[in-house]
Order: sequence, then structure tokens, then C-alpha cells
Amino acid sequence: MTSALDITRAVNPPRAAFLDFPLGHTAGKPNDPELQRRILVEALSSFETMTAPGSVTELPFRWSEDESWKDKAFAEGDDRKPRYDTPQYQDEEDRRRAEGGGSPACPVCRP
Amino acid sequence: MGPVDYIPRIRDNYARLGYKAYGWVVNRDDAPWTPLRKPLSQCRIGLAASGGIYVTGQVAFHHKDDTSLREIPTDVDTKDLRATHFAYDLSDARTDPNVVFPIDALRRLAREGFIGGLASRFHTFMGGIYSSRRVSEELAPRLTERFVEDGVDAVLLVPV
Repeated sequence: MTSALDITRAVNPPRAAFLDFPLGHTAGKPNDPELQRRILVEALSSFETMTAPGSVTELPFRWSEDESWKDKAFAEGDDRKPRYDTPQYQDEEDRRRAEGGGSPACPVCRP
Repeated sequence: MGPVDYIPRIRDNYARLGYKAYGWVVNRDDAPWTPLRKPLSQCRIGLAASGGIYVTGQVAFHHKDDTSLREIPTDVDTKDLRATHFAYDLSDARTDPNVVFPIDALRRLAREGFIGGLASRFHTFMGGIYSSRRVSEELAPRLTERFVEDGVDAVLLVPV
């Protein structure tokens, strides 16, 4: 799956399904399981329908009627965070759990 | 409006900021091809995603060319999933990790019989690795080994 068509065409994978959504939403919108399911059905179906290497199918979904999000994508500035080389936890509780040797609920919790 | 052309847009933006040009991966050879050998409804499907997803209790990814993998049990509770990344807006992924790691939809499609089943684990890593050599020499071969161990017929790759 991809939301960056030109980057994917440059990489040239065997098969790709392009979803024209803002980066960070390659598989759908948050808290919309019906849309997420429909997107996955279309994307997975490409495994059966594509017959040529390098094929890209465009999935029939739009982020919004108005496509103004496209004007803002990577247009200016640099809003990336610093690239620290230490673990970057979502929150401090995650850090405590990981440093405390994992969580009983997670048998594979290890680096 | 057509798709966003990220390569020229990022190149121009970095040039304005005085950064060195990024070396995008361009593969000019024909893409490799393996046909699907049975219907999707009989296929075991794997998932690999680059959005920095981990399970609470695991060591989180770091943000500087981290080529490590995390193993996510397919029966994980979705509310135990976390997201970390330096280069995309995490607000929606932290609200619902399915936007970059479609585990709930895959589990549902397996229950419905649309796909034959799922691997017992999925695999995640950190995107934004600036060395394509380290991706192809370190990360990709380890991922491939895991897919073979998992006995999957097809793998869904979800980059951010």
C-alpha cells in the first residue's frame, strides 16, 4: 500500500495499491473501521487481479471533497522531530513497562 | 487534483532550507514477480509496517536509522499498540493505530473468510532510515526470513 505515488513508482515494487490520503493514513481514517475494511478489501483484491509486475492500482477513495490538504503536504519548513538515538516512547508509562522487563500481557515484549 | 509529487516537493523544500539533496531509491530493473498461487480466501496473510508501531512493554524505536524489528502478536489488544516516529504527524496513529497498521481490518477479513488466515505475528519497524543500503542489507533480509518462518502466502506492506 502507499500514499506517495511517485516515491512508490521510483521504488517499483511488484504490486502497489495507491490510497490518495495524507501521509500517516496509508490504511485509512482513524476510528472508521468500515472505511478501513473497504480499503483493505480493495487493496488485498489487487493480489488476485494484478497480472503484471510493477502494476499500481489507484484505490477509489478520497480523503475529502476539498483537496486543500495537498497544498500543505511538505510545502515548506521542516516539522520533523530531532532524530534521537535512544528509545522514543509514546509516554512515560511505556518506558517504565519496558525498563521493568515488559508486561505480563505481552509475551514477546523484548527489543 | 492529481497525487502529490513528493520527490520534487521535498527536493525543493530541502534546497530552500539548505539541506543536502536526498538520494531517493530508484529501481530501473523490472520488478520481481511471483503470482498468487491460490485464491485469497485460502491464503495466509502477513503484515509489515514502517510507522513505528510497538506494543506497550516493548522497547520503543529510536529515530536515528533504527533498523530493528518488533514482533506484534496477531491477537494483541489494539489498545496496547503505540506509535513513535520523527517524520509524520502521529496524532491520528495514536488515536487509532489502524491508520498505519491495519490489524483490526485484517482480523475481521480473516473472520469473514475473505482471506484464509493470518500469520501468528506481524512485523513493524521504524521508517525514515536514511541509508537505503542498511535497509536492503540489514532490515529486508531479516524481514524476509521472518515471512518464511511465518509460512505466509502473501504479505501486505504498509509504509508511511
